[in-house]
Amino acid sequence: MNQLETAAHPENLRRVAIDPVSRVEGHGKVTILLDDKNKVHQVRLHIVEFRGFEKFIQGRPYWEVPVMVQRLCGICPVSHNLAASKAMDLIVGAKHLTPTAEKIRRLMHYGQILQSHALHFFHLCSPDLLFGFDSDVAKRNIVGVAAKYPDTARRGVLLRKFGQEVIRHTAGKRIHGTGSVPGGVNKSLKLAERDELLKDIYQMVEWSRDAVQLIKEMHSQNPALYNSFGSFRANLMSIVGNNGELDLYHGRLRGRDANGAIMFDAVDYQNYSQLIEEEVKPWTYMKFPYLKALGMEQGWYRVGPLSRLQNCDSIATPLAEMERREFVAYSEGELMHAPLAYHWARMIEMLFAAEMIKDLLHDEAILGSDLVVSGERAQEGVGVIEAPRGTLIHHYRVDENDLVTMCNLIVSTTHNNQAMNEAVRQVARTYLSGHEINEGLLNHIEVAIRAFDPCLSCATHALGKMPLQVELLDSAGATLSTLTRSAEGVLS
Amino acid sequence: MSDKTFVLDGKTIPYAEGQTIMQAAMTAGVYIPHLCYHPEFKPHGSCKLCTVKANGRQAASCTQLAQSGVVVESNTGELNDERRALLQMLFVEGNHFCPSCEQSGKCKLQATAYDLNMMSTHFDHFFPDRPVDASHSDYLLDFNRCILCSLCIRASRDVDGKNVFGLAGRGIKSHLIVNAASGQLADTDFTANDKAAQVCPVGVILKKRKGFAVPIGQRTYDLNPISAMPGVKQD
Ligand code: SF4
Ligand code: FES
Repeated sequence: MNQLETAAHPENLRRVAIDPVSRVEGHGKVTILLDDKNKVHQVRLHIVEFRGFEKFIQGRPYWEVPVMVQRLCGICPVSHNLAASKAMDLIVGAKHLTPTAEKIRRLMHYGQILQSHALHFFHLCSPDLLFGFDSDVAKRNIVGVAAKYPDTARRGVLLRKFGQEVIRHTAGKRIHGTGSVPGGVNKSLKLAERDELLKDIYQMVEWSRDAVQLIKEMHSQNPALYNSFGSFRANLMSIVGNNGELDLYHGRLRGRDANGAIMFDAVDYQNYSQLIEEEVKPWTYMKFPYLKALGMEQGWYRVGPLSRLQNCDSIATPLAEMERREFVAYSEGELMHAPLAYHWARMIEMLFAAEMIKDLLHDEAILGSDLVVSGERAQEGVGVIEAPRGTLIHHYRVDENDLVTMCNLIVSTTHNNQAMNEAVRQVARTYLSGHEINEGLLNHIEVAIRAFDPCLSCATHALGKMPLQVELLDSAGATLSTLTRSAEGVLS
Repeated sequence: MSDKTFVLDGKTIPYAEGQTIMQAAMTAGVYIPHLCYHPEFKPHGSCKLCTVKANGRQAASCTQLAQSGVVVESNTGELNDERRALLQMLFVEGNHFCPSCEQSGKCKLQATAYDLNMMSTHFDHFFPDRPVDASHSDYLLDFNRCILCSLCIRASRDVDGKNVFGLAGRGIKSHLIVNAASGQLADTDFTANDKAAQVCPVGVILKKRKGFAVPIGQRTYDLNPISAMPGVKQD
């Protein structure tokens, strides 16, 4: 499985690096080793991410943590806010939140899912999907989409904006909100805020539905590509609700093997460390988590929309459930492993999020005033949530003086580390090997990475504008040529 | 009475004998930026944010006595530029990460910086690493945010009669200490009812487990800029 991770004789090979330079947290690059005939010998996705954050949290008071951890990520701060809050609920002894608190948090979370999925699909991926992976790079961006498909682009913007409004009303702010606190929330919705959101939600459900249709059409127009691009078989993991239903806010861990058979189920995530081990490799800062029972070679798995949609038994909202059934039926009883199917799954989740928001907005509990509970103080807590990109684990220990003494985070992108590496190798093998490397081919690699919606800051840059540096080195390591694409998209 | 006035930014301000420019301005409802001044304590004159020009000469308005006929400038481009620079230095000397600070919206440093349109910290950050003192059961000290205004020292000494806090070191090495052999707050007679528990203008002396109970957006300075509340007492 790990062929291409390490070349047998790297010293004689040419090195190509795709190096998106980061502006915020997270920085990923791909290196490829080629021989004289351009045959690929080694492909690695390296990531420098969140280093030191766990250390940074140590010695801080626990009530500060849910707000502070949002600095981990500018893309989905709400997920970290909620995962940390859930862990801190246990620290303050809040085993069951009030209905208002639980529902406000869910509303916040589904707002986050909606805005994140909309951003990812419309802004970051639709240019590749609508125009083709090696189409004219000058047009392969959201501006190009807006020119050719103005309606699609506009809906993308408005869906995202609506999600952000949900977050603003529940968390207090669009980013770095403070709504969720240990033991509950610090605000519920005012009637006027609820009504403002209610006004638009039906349109959002409609547009989310259309987005599912759009990605389905793309699949049906080019099934060969969508079903095979970068495809590899993998285990999968996510939390599911108590009855096996799709639940992105709370549940128990379930895993399936590559054939779809359940490997473990109903695992209390407080015990995640008995299930998952993390492996360190010398060439990347991101760890490689795997299932202890299967070992490092066999135990890696995939998280995120593609896993969740195939892991759950049902979806509680009718429109999304209809789509889930069609999605499952499409692969005729087999698990869908193709990375591009992530987009389809992601859009079904976006529809689910929109429907959930609609239901919650009709629930009087979100207007309630009973916000926080507490109970017997505990020393340790694990909070898990299904973030837009996949399972997110926050684990803390807090001493008797209220300071954090230990923090362990496994973020979605880390779970997907091995899987993303596999996808990249698969693409390199199929498309790059034996060819003269050019921008279009390199973009194939990026398309595969993007399908996972990894949380690297580079993924937040608009497509075609990702600053990139590609270096060609001869076998002695000397630079033969460099191709640089600036943040403005200029090649030099 | 009528001769006891001075002019502040073109406005006539009455004062009583023995009042400072700051006191007279506050009484008249005119805001002069300040951090180490608190109406209930003897002025300290250390932060220099309240610097004004009295008859063309710079002076700390919290210590300078009001005098008849003096022309005082405060809200000028030049003085506000200097104030911004002072604020920027305070920001980089400590760890003031407003987005994750529980005092956000209640912090006088943040509110003053907003009010004076400080858009960036400009200087290189020191990123100090000062351990939090969480030894006390009800209160926590996060020294990383101390601006050395000495209000807690004055409050503890002059009001509480306890002398819990003190300053040690000189110049750039000055820092706040807790007067106990262990250096820990738990080993002093500090209590939640102390005046010193309520005066910190930033986020050093914090009531435990309160955190973000009041949502951002509903806090003192979220609702009104600090300059709109010239006489407001710190909470
Ligand atoms: S702890 Fe607060 S009140 Fe005391 S000197 Fe520092 S900033 Fe001033
Ligand atoms: S307020 Fe006058 S010097 Fe600080």
